[in-house]
Amino acid sequence: MSTGHDVKRYPGLGPLTGLFFLYLYAPLAVVVIYSFNANRIAGVWTHFSLQWYSSALNNAALMNALKTSLTVAVVATVVSTLIALAAALAIIRGKDVRFRKLSETVVNLPLLLPEIVLAVATLILFSLIGIQNGMAKLIIAHSAFCTPFAFLPIRARLQGMSLDLEEASADLYASRWTTFRRVTLPLIFPGVFSGAMLAFLISMDDFITSNMLSTGGTTTLPVYIFSLIRSGTSPELNAIATLLILASLILATAALLVAARGTRDNA
Amino acid sequence: MTMDTLHLPFATKRASGARFWRNLSFWGLLPSWLLMGFALILPIAIIAAVSVATRGAHGGFTWDFNLAGYSQILFNEGWTGELEFTPQYLMIIARTFLLAGATTLICLLFAVPVAYFISRQPPSQKAILVYLVTLPFWVSMILRVYAWMIILGKEGTLPRLLENLGFPPGMSFMFNDGATLTAMVYTYMPLMVLPVFASIEKLDGTLIEASHDLYGDRWVTLRRVILPLTAPGILAGAILVFVPSLGAVLEPTLMGGGKQMMMGSLIQLQFGGGRNWPFGAAIAMTLMAVVLIFLIFTALRSARKETAK
Amino acid sequence: MTQPKAIEVKSVSKNFGTYQALKSVSFNIGSNEFFTMLGPSGCGKTTLLRMLAGFESPSSGSILLNGREVVDIPPHRRRVNTVFQSYALFPHMTLEQNVAYGLENLGWDGARIRARVGEMLERVHMTVMAKRKPAQLSGGQRQRIALARALAPEPEVLLLDEPLSALDLKLRQAMRDELRTLQRDTGITFVFVTHDQEEALDMSDRIAVLGGGEVQQIGTPTQIYEEPVNRFVADFVGETNFLDVEVLEVAAGQATVRMPFGAVFTAPATGHTTKGRATLSIRPEKINLGDQAQGIAFEGQIVNKNYMGGYTHYTLNVRGTELRASRRNASREGDTIESGATVPVGFVAASARVLAA
Repeated sequence: MSTGHDVKRYPGLGPLTGLFFLYLYAPLAVVVIYSFNANRIAGVWTHFSLQWYSSALNNAALMNALKTSLTVAVVATVVSTLIALAAALAIIRGKDVRFRKLSETVVNLPLLLPEIVLAVATLILFSLIGIQNGMAKLIIAHSAFCTPFAFLPIRARLQGMSLDLEEASADLYASRWTTFRRVTLPLIFPGVFSGAMLAFLISMDDFITSNMLSTGGTTTLPVYIFSLIRSGTSPELNAIATLLILASLILATAALLVAARGTRDNA
Repeated sequence: MTMDTLHLPFATKRASGARFWRNLSFWGLLPSWLLMGFALILPIAIIAAVSVATRGAHGGFTWDFNLAGYSQILFNEGWTGELEFTPQYLMIIARTFLLAGATTLICLLFAVPVAYFISRQPPSQKAILVYLVTLPFWVSMILRVYAWMIILGKEGTLPRLLENLGFPPGMSFMFNDGATLTAMVYTYMPLMVLPVFASIEKLDGTLIEASHDLYGDRWVTLRRVILPLTAPGILAGAILVFVPSLGAVLEPTLMGGGKQMMMGSLIQLQFGGGRNWPFGAAIAMTLMAVVLIFLIFTALRSARKETAK
Repeated sequence: MTQPKAIEVKSVSKNFGTYQALKSVSFNIGSNEFFTMLGPSGCGKTTLLRMLAGFESPSSGSILLNGREVVDIPPHRRRVNTVFQSYALFPHMTLEQNVAYGLENLGWDGARIRARVGEMLERVHMTVMAKRKPAQLSGGQRQRIALARALAPEPEVLLLDEPLSALDLKLRQAMRDELRTLQRDTGITFVFVTHDQEEALDMSDRIAVLGGGEVQQIGTPTQIYEEPVNRFVADFVGETNFLDVEVLEVAAGQATVRMPFGAVFTAPATGHTTKGRATLSIRPEKINLGDQAQGIAFEGQIVNKNYMGGYTHYTLNVRGTELRASRRNASREGDTIESGATVPVGFVAASARVLAA
């Protein structure tokens, strides 16, 4: 079989792509493998063991950090998704919007600025106006930087949706609210879902801001992991990492499947 | 406005639909403006002010105008108050640029061929490959950096592997710029592959055939057809990698160790252990200025290209 | 007109910024009429249709629906339904749900909705597909569902925005007949927008030709084609020859004119005709050649010949004036008329039309 005349084929790209995926996944695989290692020293394999998982699951500090992270992430996701949805509707569907461009830039501002700058700026603000509650600080800051991540997929979806459908709904005697509930929202739902997933992910993942704002009682998961890493790598950390990697992969796959279903329905 | 509503009831009645939408736009955007105003614009204004404030005796600051925060980037105040030039922080700024630039370049060199290869696969496999590219991005960034600590660290996988191959034991690849760079490339790679893939995917395949039809070989086609037409995606990817690279904190802190700082970790230090807020604020303002200048420059360039078309 | 008026458009203007899309347009549409708005793109026909539906409001003027002013009434309170050019079927609903949507919003009870949906699906021959989603349909099927959805609530007026433009040629012809039948059966006023003159001539009771934001002419298809009131209408609908002529005399809708190549005769004229320069419009199929020549007779040289099967198109040179003629190939007589030949040419004076210059 000759592929000599396929002009779109560049030789060597297949193996290169293979190496690329090896590079993407090998580090994660290493963490997963060592998490089952009985030996205290990560690099030395002795035998298979689940002991680090049981110690991870019985680690109260870890569970507290997880609880803090989940609480912050859930609240920030709800807040940022609602704000982003309102903003996207106003920017894409509103007529005669004054400051449309400026408003869009403001919504996306957290993407344009380095996070560390925002983190220290927020730290100064909170210390000046005297907000002591660690949870409140985290939720406000997370809501802000999660908003553009929720906004972009919703905006894309809304922009891709033909105005005809909303007009057809009005033509068929639906009020604005009915149109929103029965036509607009179901059709942009995949965008809203992706936006919410992204916001959740970004909040759960955040280290820079949380590290600045965390106080004793409100350590988030990444901040806790950072402190574990700082105190020296341990197999228990590998077990924790493996559990989190697993959770991320499940979440990512679920998100992808929902998004794919949304696209197929509206083809 | 008020005059109109008071005296021209007919005119406003006709515009009632439009006015509803205008109100909706207002109420729709209000929450965003409030949140961003409070949690973003106000803090940035405050940090700008703090960058020209005076350092307090025991951390914190006082509201006295002072450019010491900025001058400290270049000069060290001696015992007698004279300023002497120190390259220490300039080195950190230079390292920040070099590492961010190198990260962008390496990501680019990987991303273009890989994205091209993926775009050439049948649809079902393509979807799976794109999914596999995005997947690691869902894993927490700190864990992705941590994975490289396990591989490169003193008791890590790579030194062990090399020891088994006959190299001397106890080699460490940690706590240098190379380690930082490795982690940065790894964490930001998907941000490059995805936009590049999106623009290669949009490329009309018949253009490649047309180039070959007109006697262009693979190399000519790549240089004169594929790369120019995918430039917007490549630029988007470069921005997506370069900007967060400039502000990297985790990679230099964990991989570079205490000595090999970047601007991000330097800022963090001033608000953590260093306790020099005006200096930290001045570095933060510098970093923000650099990023904004870079973004405005690329935005203007692409705007000029648009008008030229 | 003795029919009651379904729609009255009174001095409607529409400005988009400085651009005037409609310039004080007025006309009436009768109940049960199949009314077509015909014109090139940008003539304002779609803007007018969207005003009837309620998606746009006029900058000035008023629109009456069955005698009621509707300019301030939002689309969802108007008993008017639209068949969109893109069909705008809700992709997340089944066909059944699409058709039921308007009825639900009108507050019909469940049993009545089910009955009506069944009836409508039956009518457009889509009953077996009721549970499918729009993505699974062909263009023609989507079109039929869009029709069923818009007709289900028994609107006072049905608006159709170039609904056939997305279909292929064969299907388009079939849909024309189907639309016409539906209109006759339901007795609902249809307002149809198109840029396709053949569609307009085929289906309409009356046609409004729009151009440059103004109504150029309103009339039956025959009136529009045979008695155009100005150059725009004569040119846009069908093909025609425009000849510069001199008007010698005007009397009772007739004008005596002198052709550039000398012939003098009397032909029907528009009301605005005055002595002096004018334009004569004569359609190619009205100019007869060879053995078919009759009426005002002269000779012409064949410059070019395009054989089309049922017809042959000729370009003639008549003493320096170019004329286009077409000849129905009723027999193979025309085979002998070759390029370069000089042949007898003729037309009946009554089939020409004198227009303002």
